Amino acid sequence: MSASVTLPPRAGIGLKAEHVLRILDERPAIGFVEIHAENYMVDGGPRLRHLEAVRSRWPLSVHGVGLSIGGEGPPDRVHLGRLKALVDRFRPTAVSEHLAWSSHGGEHLPDLLPLPYTAATLARVVDHVDEVQQTLGRAILLENPSTYVRFAQDTMEETAFLAAIADRTGCGLLLDVNNVVVSAANHGFDPEAWIRRFPLDRVGEIHLAGYAETRDGAGRRLLIDAHGSPVAPEVEALYRFVLRLAGPRPTLVEWDNDVPSLETLLWQQDRADRAILAECGAAVPA
Amino acid sequence: MTWTDVHSTEARFARALLDPARPVPWDLADPAGHADALRLAVHRNTVSAALTGALEARFPTVRRLVGDAFFRAVARTFAAIDRPRSPLLHEYGTGFPDFVADFRPADAVPYLADVARVDDAWMRAYVAADADPLSLDRLAALDPEALAGASLVPHPATSLVVSPHPAGSIWMAHRSDPVGPVADWRGEGVLVVRPDASVDVHVLPGRDVAFAAAVLTGRPLAEAAAAVTDPAFDFGRALVGLVSAGAFVAVTPALGDPA
Repeated sequence: MSASVTLPPRAGIGLKAEHVLRILDERPAIGFVEIHAENYMVDGGPRLRHLEAVRSRWPLSVHGVGLSIGGEGPPDRVHLGRLKALVDRFRPTAVSEHLAWSSHGGEHLPDLLPLPYTAATLARVVDHVDEVQQTLGRAILLENPSTYVRFAQDTMEETAFLAAIADRTGCGLLLDVNNVVVSAANHGFDPEAWIRRFPLDRVGEIHLAGYAETRDGAGRRLLIDAHGSPVAPEVEALYRFVLRLAGPRPTLVEWDNDVPSLETLLWQQDRADRAILAECGAAVPA
Repeated sequence: MTWTDVHSTEARFARALLDPARPVPWDLADPAGHADALRLAVHRNTVSAALTGALEARFPTVRRLVGDAFFRAVARTFAAIDRPRSPLLHEYGTGFPDFVADFRPADAVPYLADVARVDDAWMRAYVAADADPLSLDRLAALDPEALAGASLVPHPATSLVVSPHPAGSIWMAHRSDPVGPVADWRGEGVLVVRPDASVDVHVLPGRDVAFAAAVLTGRPLAEAAAAVTDPAFDFGRALVGLVSAGAFVAVTPALGDPA
């Protein structure tokens, strides 16, 4: 099971309803377009028509947020069936999901919730990724989470946990650089050391985003993966560090809350493109 | 799928997430190894904001009517008792209009629940399956006798909100900027359709509402017309109005079917 076709190693943007008509009309120079899978799990209407038009013009990345791959129970098969239908219809270049859970006891908790990193949870996540990949008939990319708490039960380090999932399932990885910065600040580790341990050869896509900042109960700086502001300087610096180590990779700027103007989004996307050019040179591999 | 191990890490986390009165689970750790309530609260806030955001997206006119602060208060109260069963948040909140109808602090706005029903109908129409609406030409091909016995199949996007308040006019008034006037304060039937790409909201003439409601539940046309008591009702005009709005996809028995 391999991802034989990959997204272009350029910057893309997330598709927002408020921008879609202008994007189709003005055809900005973007490397690819990413959607949240769940927003397009509808029977019909303008969303699907717009997505068809977008798909005919740009490579598409389908990013799921509701499959609960990190959950204790297996993925919801009804939901997985919906994802398969979407993937079969729109033939995206990349399909990704999160190392997180969001469903419990038949209830959906709309967040990306953390799990302990142990041999048992690893085996479980591997089973879930296997099932998803077998159902979809293709490899997915799994995203590293942003976390605010860790678990007393943890026996594995996060990069080793993700690398083991990739090794055992053949899945690729989605490296969210903002999540690394957020988790590093929240748990007090060195983000560059985390990146050096991470299997960069598995990275099929990178995410960048803005974070929000608060304090925890002990008054320590607590970063929140908020997706509502420009990419922070320390995130861009770590991104450039990744590019120098890994070479150019398809990169998405996420901005999902307080969605800005298309111009602001394209400015962020252009910054990522310029970083790729500056760190990796003009000669991007085919 | 229901996961039933109530003692699991996930069950403990989920319970603490949904109930701020519970202690932070013992196994959650900050860098010093302690369970920090403010860290868990980040997740609680994200869940709460996502649910409120989903309701804001589904009920924009209700939000405009009552203002952001009141809407958030209603939304949070609703979300505390009616949580999503599915990751499809655009389906979340179908129970919200009924909740609003019984929400005492909103008693001063008696039409709020019906405006919420129009918002809900709009969203259902927006994501409904695509279908070509029944055309007047196809209907005109039926002889009068066949027409009288025929039923019409509603388009997947179609719904009708019948209100003792001018819910459609209020809804429309709050979709414009500035909010427009509501000229005539009486009950309305609000027809929501999506014949093609965009959702249309029509306030039906009062004399046609009972007929529209009967036809949309599948009753034969003559029977639906016979139930109307308003002397101003005109069968032909009412039927043409509903069909040309794009409210139906087919006629049964289909053209050419044996009677």
